[in-house]
Amino acid sequence: MKTSSDSESRSKGDAAVADPEVIIRPYARHFVEWAKDKPDVLCLSADLTGSCEVDDFRDAYPDRFISCGMAEQNMMAFAGGLAREGFIPIVHTFGVFVTRRPYDQVAMSIGYPNLKVRLMGFLPGVMTPGGVTHQAIDDVALMRSIPNMTVLACGDATDVESILEVTEDIDGPVYCRVLRGEVQKLFDTPMRLDRARLLSEGTDVCVLTEGVCTSEALHAVAALREKGVSVSHLHVSTLKPFTDPAILEAVAGVRFGIITMENHLVSGGLGTVTSELITDHGLGKRLVRIGLRDTYAHGGSLRYLMDYCGLSAQNLVDEVERLIERPLGIKLGPRPVEKSESAAPANAESL
Amino acid sequence: MTTTLTDTEEIRLVADAMRRRVLLHTIASNGGYLCQTCSSAEALATLYLRIMHLGPSAGPLIPPRFEGVPRPGRPPGAGAAYNGVDEPGNDRFILSCTHYSLGLYALLIETGRLDERALEHYNEDGSTVEQIGAEHSPGIEVTTGSLAQGLSQGLGMAMGKRRRGHSGRVWVFMSDGELEEGETWEAFNMAAHQRLDNLSVYLDANGNQCDGPVTTVSTVEPIAERVRAFGWRVTEVDGHDPDALAAPALEARDGRPTLVVCRTSPWHGIPSLNSRKNQHYVRFRPGEEEVALAELGLSSSGVAR
Repeated sequence: MKTSSDSESRSKGDAAVADPEVIIRPYARHFVEWAKDKPDVLCLSADLTGSCEVDDFRDAYPDRFISCGMAEQNMMAFAGGLAREGFIPIVHTFGVFVTRRPYDQVAMSIGYPNLKVRLMGFLPGVMTPGGVTHQAIDDVALMRSIPNMTVLACGDATDVESILEVTEDIDGPVYCRVLRGEVQKLFDTPMRLDRARLLSEGTDVCVLTEGVCTSEALHAVAALREKGVSVSHLHVSTLKPFTDPAILEAVAGVRFGIITMENHLVSGGLGTVTSELITDHGLGKRLVRIGLRDTYAHGGSLRYLMDYCGLSAQNLVDEVERLIERPLGIKLGPRPVEKSESAAPANAESL
Repeated sequence: MTTTLTDTEEIRLVADAMRRRVLLHTIASNGGYLCQTCSSAEALATLYLRIMHLGPSAGPLIPPRFEGVPRPGRPPGAGAAYNGVDEPGNDRFILSCTHYSLGLYALLIETGRLDERALEHYNEDGSTVEQIGAEHSPGIEVTTGSLAQGLSQGLGMAMGKRRRGHSGRVWVFMSDGELEEGETWEAFNMAAHQRLDNLSVYLDANGNQCDGPVTTVSTVEPIAERVRAFGWRVTEVDGHDPDALAAPALEARDGRPTLVVCRTSPWHGIPSLNSRKNQHYVRFRPGEEEVALAELGLSSSGVAR
């Protein structure tokens, strides 16, 4: 088995740093700053104000903070009504409560009329010890199915600090997977709509990751490259639309196949949009989808849950070995606990 | 010598004309949402003729063909234009129970906002005059057919208007069956909490829903007491009496949103409908239509006697 030489695979573009800085509550600070000169921006909250890091906004601009109570169905249609009067409602709650509970309201009162409502879904995937009721493992699938809806996902603090800017030019509703608490800063350049971050180039295997899986995958990709596997790695922050020519080029150009890794079910998220890309373009490539496989998770720390769900660097390495049919002898060992709120003792508010 | 109709007389004439038009259409189409018009005609006519501050229609008398759903570059539908241009001083009207669309179209015709030939395109493929209207349909300002969402959207619009300092108010027309939807109560709760007294609801309590009498499906009564307990100003009126319908809207605002429970009959004006099992959708059997026509003072050929 021959793989491409190291000289062919090189890092470029949105280089991720090796020992990332951790930013505390990046959304909280950025939202206040971003909204400063935007009087039509209103912050809606459904009794998760501190938990969605909009307490700073509430204190800075109390007149533009609207407490909707634990009533998400009403909140969504209410947001549609505000948007019809020219306001830009930024709706905050956990991803599960944006997507599952008020689905019809999001589809009919926001999606159908293509209104500029921004839905900020916190605790994407298994980012919470709160267990199955709080883990949005299907939010991308649900929101992606709504015509007119754009779907974005943050993978680091820079994504979090630039996602609101990205929404500014979108003529229609947007669903955003947002990270909170202590968030690693991997990138220096702002998120761009429908443009993935090219983290490394290669011709053997293409790895596409979203959310916190990107940080995890960076460790695997570094080890794989040391072993001479030529890996292209892209961090995907726009899941709909999914028309970045750089992704198509990377997917089309690899020899063995593509691996997606997502903090989500393998149905309806990054794995699915990638399979659609492959079939729509008739590329005929192998695709391995890492993520939750038609199952729920349960409560636990982020490190535990990522291992439990197969979202680990080691699992990615193992899948690459299987894909290229070559044992690499990479054992990454137990990874340190990532810094995130789930590493800290859970308190009532964080749930 | 000319005679001038009082407002009340005019509303009654318009409501009767709505019933006649919808009855004839139901006969010609072999089915229709007739009982909804029978129960709501006076309330809808009172809203349009006496209560709401609407601009003149900005929509074409013959509605345009369906040109596509809202999407980037294509703003939400043009149904609102029939209620006038959206200006700070103008009110907005939300028909939450869009099964009532046929009655609303008839009202738009009787008030000169729509040509009577528009109904020829009712439920026709490619037409905007849809059976259960959406926001491209005449007079339908927002897409509300998924029940209870109209009230919440109206709440958002009322909040928006208050924030802008606009004098225009928001009027929502809904049905009693909708009270079974939990979102309705979320909206009642928030409207009272936010003291949105520029939001008013006219509720057609005709006691019927798709499966039959509301009392046999799921209890929503006592409506007035329940909503009053949520902090609303609630009035119960005879929903076929224009003066009684208009009175609550004339009261000075006091911080509470307003609900007017319109007690109505789904066979008002056509008593023979009383015997029908299905009052949600009326399809006449042979011999029945002549009776209904006669009750509205029409000959069997549909001409006024």
